[in-house]
Amino acid sequence: MRFLLDDEQREFARSLDGMLTAADTPGAARAWAAGDTAPGRALWARLAEAGVFALAVPERHEGLGPMPLELAVACAELGRHAVPGPLVETVAAAAFLDRLDEVDRLDGLDEVDRLDGLDGFGHAGAAAEWLPRIAGGKALLSLCVPAASGPYALDPDAADAVLVVDGDTVRLAETTGPLQPSADPVRRLARPLGGTVLARGPAVAAAASHAAEVAALATAAQSLGLGRALLDRTVAYVGQRTQFGAAVGSFQAVKHRLADTLIALEFAQPLLYSAALALAEGADHASAEIAAAKVTAGEAAYAAARTALQLHGAVGYTDELDLALWIRKARPLRDAWGTPAACRARVLAR
Amino acid sequence: MDLDFSAAEDAFRAEARAWLTAHVPESPLPSLETEDGFAAHREWERTLFADRWSVVSWPEEYGGRGASILRWLIFEEEYYAAGAPGRVSQNGINLLAPTLFEHGTDEQRARVLPSMARGDVVWAQAWSEPESGSDLASLRSTAERTEGGWLLRGQKTWSSRAAFADRAFGLFRSDPAAGRPHQGLTYLMFPLDADGVTVRPIGRLDGKPAFAELFLDDVFVPDEDVIGAPGQGWRVAMSTAGNERGLTLRSPGRFTAAAERLTALWRENADPSDTALRDRVADAVIGARAYRLFAYAGASRIAAGGSIGAESSLNKVFWSELDIALHETALDLLGPYGELSDEATEAPAHGSWAEGHTFSLAGPIYAGTNEIQRDIIAERLLGLPKGRR
Repeated sequence: MRFLLDDEQREFARSLDGMLTAADTPGAARAWAAGDTAPGRALWARLAEAGVFALAVPERHEGLGPMPLELAVACAELGRHAVPGPLVETVAAAAFLDRLDEVDRLDGLDEVDRLDGLDGFGHAGAAAEWLPRIAGGKALLSLCVPAASGPYALDPDAADAVLVVDGDTVRLAETTGPLQPSADPVRRLARPLGGTVLARGPAVAAAASHAAEVAALATAAQSLGLGRALLDRTVAYVGQRTQFGAAVGSFQAVKHRLADTLIALEFAQPLLYSAALALAEGADHASAEIAAAKVTAGEAAYAAARTALQLHGAVGYTDELDLALWIRKARPLRDAWGTPAACRARVLAR
Repeated sequence: MDLDFSAAEDAFRAEARAWLTAHVPESPLPSLETEDGFAAHREWERTLFADRWSVVSWPEEYGGRGASILRWLIFEEEYYAAGAPGRVSQNGINLLAPTLFEHGTDEQRARVLPSMARGDVVWAQAWSEPESGSDLASLRSTAERTEGGWLLRGQKTWSSRAAFADRAFGLFRSDPAAGRPHQGLTYLMFPLDADGVTVRPIGRLDGKPAFAELFLDDVFVPDEDVIGAPGQGWRVAMSTAGNERGLTLRSPGRFTAAAERLTALWRENADPSDTALRDRVADAVIGARAYRLFAYAGASRIAAGGSIGAESSLNKVFWSELDIALHETALDLLGPYGELSDEATEAPAHGSWAEGHTFSLAGPIYAGTNEIQRDIIAERLLGLPKGRR
């Protein structure tokens, strides 16, 4: 047993952190919220160069994956920097396409017929069309699985394609309903509408539930990174903010809230890594482990947001401070791709 | 990164499980916190020792198996899964022994450790004083130099099971003129039946007579029972405090087993539509799993040459709060039976949930209060400025 990230994984996280620190990520997020996706897409291209999206795409489609642990490490860094866009949905869509492609490839025509799909779903179809582009950072996909993610697709107007899986049917949405602004304006939501059916059958439903697991894992990772950023920023702030003649960070009431924030994040992290390992192995217990990581990281990040806001005081409640980008994202991430109640139920499911 | 056990570790687990299956008493021993129970648990220590299971992580020369931290974690998982008795020697094994390994002499180790491993000598701690709890460095009991040793004077209190134990270890002020409270303290061991020692039992919140206060009136301690250098006691003691808060006091196996019992209780008793209760059971399961994985990460870090320092304070707060939440959930599942104590003949699970609940309430207090732990986390891990407590 060696339950530690290796040097390469640590270095990968450090390099993403460095790159996103140097880039104006908050600026890209604010532009994204205003409907200007160009800076966000430029950031996306650089993340692809660093290999982030290839982690979700198999080698036969020009990727390196699937590598759930490395993907979790990367998503935590993207969460730490509040990178805008349908990150989770794109990697989950990749997992969905990969899984269906695999069924198509391994089981041959019979399965394709049963899927009632187009001529060859895989190499000649949607998987071949989208997966290499996802790996290269040239395509953003949104994915909506109403049973797991609710009725809305994230950032459908910015996405190059929106996949919708309802039961055992997957379709490529043709258009979307009007934008439904989120409390986190960087998250742009809309209902996917219409479109053509790509495939149908039990394999579709199975691939969608796999994709929902990947999405839950990636969301948990984002939450963990988000929580760490909130903690780091708040520790820095209370160290320099002075009241009553002392740094407010020297007061016990302040210290203890921050200590609790660190505890919650530190104990969420091993659940995340363990869940990623379980997913990589295709273990039976992966679903329960992902659910445990999701609810724990989501709650920890939301609690970190509340602490960050409380300890910043009124300035934390302003939109001018970039802290708002992190605070507003914590609650939606906690609830996306598996509410806490749904996750807790899955932990105890047999 | 992996969570895989080697074949040798699996074999170790199987060996521990087989031994425990064959030896764990079928019905629970009387409470560890009573005189009869103490004696019964001392016998259990001897049974463990006979097959070298009492101190698996110690070197073989002292009765251990030289087990790695990972193997120790495995043993503890099996131990609690088997429902084995509480450990009457825990203060000696978890607090004094690590101090002796780090700061003691070969002579002290050879003299003290084997009898501790056998359960022949059970140790109590003598830290707190009536005026010194969290602010331990303010302690007033003294050790005065005399020929060939030291004379102890003063009062120690809240010493667990000292009314039944054989010997004690603690800190004494040997240099009242030292400039700061942490200086001029000395770490000493002494017999509880020595001349000048008076032990007064104190009943506890759980009704057990398992606290005691110690009155020390010119108790002679020879030089050979000083651990580390005289005047260096604070530094010596803090290395054991870290052990107590860290992994060794409350191994993950304890909570993994408790969470499994809680889940079984929930499956038997709960109304499936009561999702509020279900969520709390899930949180206990998740918390126990997180604690176990956190320990594996710590063990991996140590195996890779790292160490655990102030991080042990994260552990302490986490397990103590988990323990309370877990037991509160169990009591809620038991409804009207939840309050039945271990002395009630109709108590579910021999009253272990009620007993465990009361004891869990002490968790945020002992081994350094959680307030002190949060100060340590904030100052040493987050780098926040020191302030008034």
